[in-house]
Amino acid sequence: MADLRVKFCGLESPNPFWLASGPPTNTAEQVMRAFDAGWGGAVWKTIGEPIVNVSSRYGAMDYNGAKVIGFNNIELISDRPIEDNFREIAAVKKHYPKNLVIASLMVETKRETWHDFVRRAEDAGSDALELNFGCPHGMSERGMGAAVGQVPDYTEMITSWVKEAARTPVIVKLTPNVTDISRIAEAAERGGADAVSLINTINSLMGVDLETFAPRPIVAGKSSHGGYCGPAVRPIALHLVSSVAKKVRIPVCGIGGIGNWSDAAEHIACGASTVQVCTAAMHYGFRIVEDMADGLAQYMDGHGYRTIGDFRGRALPNVMDWGDLDLNYKIIADINRELCIGCQLCYIACEDGAHQCIEPYNVAGNGKHNANGKGVHVPRIMNDECVGCNLCALVCPVENCITMKQVDNGLPPMSWKDRAKQLGAAGECAPPTAGASR
Amino acid sequence: MSLQHIAPKLTPEQYERNFADISPRMTQQQALVEATRCLYCFDAPCTQACPTHIDVPAFIKKIFTGNLRGSARVILSANILGESCGRVCPTEELCEGACVMHERGEKPIEIGRLQRHAVDYVLDRNIALFRAGASNGKLVACVGAGPASLASAAELAQRGYDVTIFDKNELAGGLGTYGIAAYKTRAKDSLREVEYVRQLGVKFRQETAVGRDFPFADLEKQFDAIFIGVGLGDTSALRLPGEELRGVYGALEFIAQTKSKPLHEVEIGRRVACIGAGNTAIDVVTAARRLGAETVYLIYRRSEREMSAFPYEYDLAKKDGVVFLWQTQPVRIVGQDSAVAGLECRRTRLGAPHARGKREPEVIPGSEFTLEVDMVVRAVGQKPATDFLRAVAGLELRANGTVVTNELHQTGHPKYFAAGDCANGGKEVVDAVAEGMAAARGIDSWLGQPRGLSPRQA
Repeated sequence: MADLRVKFCGLESPNPFWLASGPPTNTAEQVMRAFDAGWGGAVWKTIGEPIVNVSSRYGAMDYNGAKVIGFNNIELISDRPIEDNFREIAAVKKHYPKNLVIASLMVETKRETWHDFVRRAEDAGSDALELNFGCPHGMSERGMGAAVGQVPDYTEMITSWVKEAARTPVIVKLTPNVTDISRIAEAAERGGADAVSLINTINSLMGVDLETFAPRPIVAGKSSHGGYCGPAVRPIALHLVSSVAKKVRIPVCGIGGIGNWSDAAEHIACGASTVQVCTAAMHYGFRIVEDMADGLAQYMDGHGYRTIGDFRGRALPNVMDWGDLDLNYKIIADINRELCIGCQLCYIACEDGAHQCIEPYNVAGNGKHNANGKGVHVPRIMNDECVGCNLCALVCPVENCITMKQVDNGLPPMSWKDRAKQLGAAGECAPPTAGASR
Repeated sequence: MSLQHIAPKLTPEQYERNFADISPRMTQQQALVEATRCLYCFDAPCTQACPTHIDVPAFIKKIFTGNLRGSARVILSANILGESCGRVCPTEELCEGACVMHERGEKPIEIGRLQRHAVDYVLDRNIALFRAGASNGKLVACVGAGPASLASAAELAQRGYDVTIFDKNELAGGLGTYGIAAYKTRAKDSLREVEYVRQLGVKFRQETAVGRDFPFADLEKQFDAIFIGVGLGDTSALRLPGEELRGVYGALEFIAQTKSKPLHEVEIGRRVACIGAGNTAIDVVTAARRLGAETVYLIYRRSEREMSAFPYEYDLAKKDGVVFLWQTQPVRIVGQDSAVAGLECRRTRLGAPHARGKREPEVIPGSEFTLEVDMVVRAVGQKPATDFLRAVAGLELRANGTVVTNELHQTGHPKYFAAGDCANGGKEVVDAVAEGMAAARGIDSWLGQPRGLSPRQA
């Protein structure tokens, strides 16, 4: 039976699922209910000098009838008195000693202030500290949040201040709103961070009301850029988590677009030791963790993984530079005639959007009939033309109808880098190597 | 002057419930959810299956994007009666029957209801999406005010013709107004579409029977071309003894009552026999049950397998508790005090198939039995409008009484064009619309203004 417990910076978490710092972790009452539901840990809503919020604060993107595939907020850190937060952390720890409570902190850029907050958080009993260097809105204009996290030197400096006072692990939360997040992660590591968590939310404007031209979320007809998150950001998060995991030696906590066990497992495969969830809990409540834990355990049992560590980072070696990919690996599309429903979406996608390798249905050739005797228009792949791009398989609405089949072209593997070497040292347009820009 | 036994009247709520829209309007939310299911097929089979070739994926996509005006424009530019077609088309046989979802093992997209959703949006708000074309000074008369004429007139008006519709009925709309089951569409729904055509500048002269109230000679003198869209004539006779008795109705005559007067005023017998098994017969038996008839028989001399009603229609009658008497041949209507009291029938057996493939029934000797009924409704098809058509000089008619036309829908008399039931022998509303539009294009090209595409949007 899979063991979901994880060690993180010497702390033991009952499972890798933590609530991220945000509205779901605003109060002790919420966090305790979350622990009852099965969450392993909770990063408290960021504590700092109390702020005043606006209404409304949240915006969502729906797509094809699916609600909230993307979400944003212009809410700030905790608006509750600092002492209330610390007192509640103490209460939660008293009742839930086995669950992790992590205080998220954001204060003005003064060494003494940071020292003060670190001490108070640890005195309250928090298991670790998360430094919010990522909040992209509201706080950054005041020189906090992303304003710190976007500058490697500030990140390193404040991290080192915190480490001077901290007795518990220090996690630095990273903003994705930078050119190269791994530079910030490395700065945090230099500053002494025990771990990094990423990604914080992405700068966004959720939309515009076309009647009033008010941006969303609307505050008296106006709005401001806010932090974007939810299912839509997961691919961005996976890229950044994997690139940071490859660069730093400290543990990584994955955040971004996690709503179920497989989302979490993908983050773990990309190098995350634990994961944090916010939007999905805001959408469906704390109960989602039950299937996250159950599904992950089932997956692990099915694959013979006893602990999270057994598959953590397993995708990392496969995340390569483009120049290392095999140019001689060849696949082409194959349409299953029996399964095809005749929508011809593959045809028009290939014809207009890709490489003109599919023939439309033609009367003499490849049609069939449905149960009502109506024609079903099965298109045809031109095998000699197909470049194996995947587009048809991606747009096909029928599971397993279009599959990509490997073609043996008899050629040995060859990467762009190999090819460039063959063509001569510089190649035609060889990209600069990663190290060259340093 | 009444039937032998009249069914007890229902409460107003019962009438309302029994004749409520069988396929109710969608809410905006329902329409969005359904529109989301559409795959937006390329070269879509639904569009191909539609006689008017409405670009179905395009109009559904527009519902999805919130562009309901644009959606209605796509529908109405292909089919000006898109609202009634959304209600009365046998979609299972056409667009929805061709939907790729069948192959995916899912329910087909509810194309008919989505179509109505989009068109209702503009009809409810009286949004004029089309306008009359710049006048070309030419005049066209349309005889009949049913779907074929309305479609033809709308197309011609957009092409700049001055169009006048002549119709013998009090209200325009033809079978849409008078002849389709009330739970599918009410007369007022049909009349909304008539108004939509009227606002294109089409003139209506109701209660004007061409040939009687308006001589053909005047018509030919005053108009550059004449479109005939008179549909079919009266319901065919049974040619049985007793057909003159009180309580014997033609199907259309009976249905017209349910469309043109308050339902509680429609006289209905306690026991009703309907003879015939086509879609019109289904409209009759379902209406009879819904009006309160206790026992309704559908009598057909062949078997269930040969009935021409669509499966969906047959299901409606089954759900309404109609009694089906297959292989039963009526031989005499029994009267009492000159009103219907019974229907004498005989059983049949089915012999070899005839020329069109249906097995010929043969009466079984000695199998007579009599049903006690108070009403007999004939639903054995309509006669062609032969009297009218023969009155037009030069028109060539087929043996079955339909008008012969060329690819322009032009008749033997070059000034006359014809389409719809009077030319095709009786098909769906959507076929009449498709042909009416094609005839309008034929008229346009004959009158010397060939244009590739019709002027569409206002």
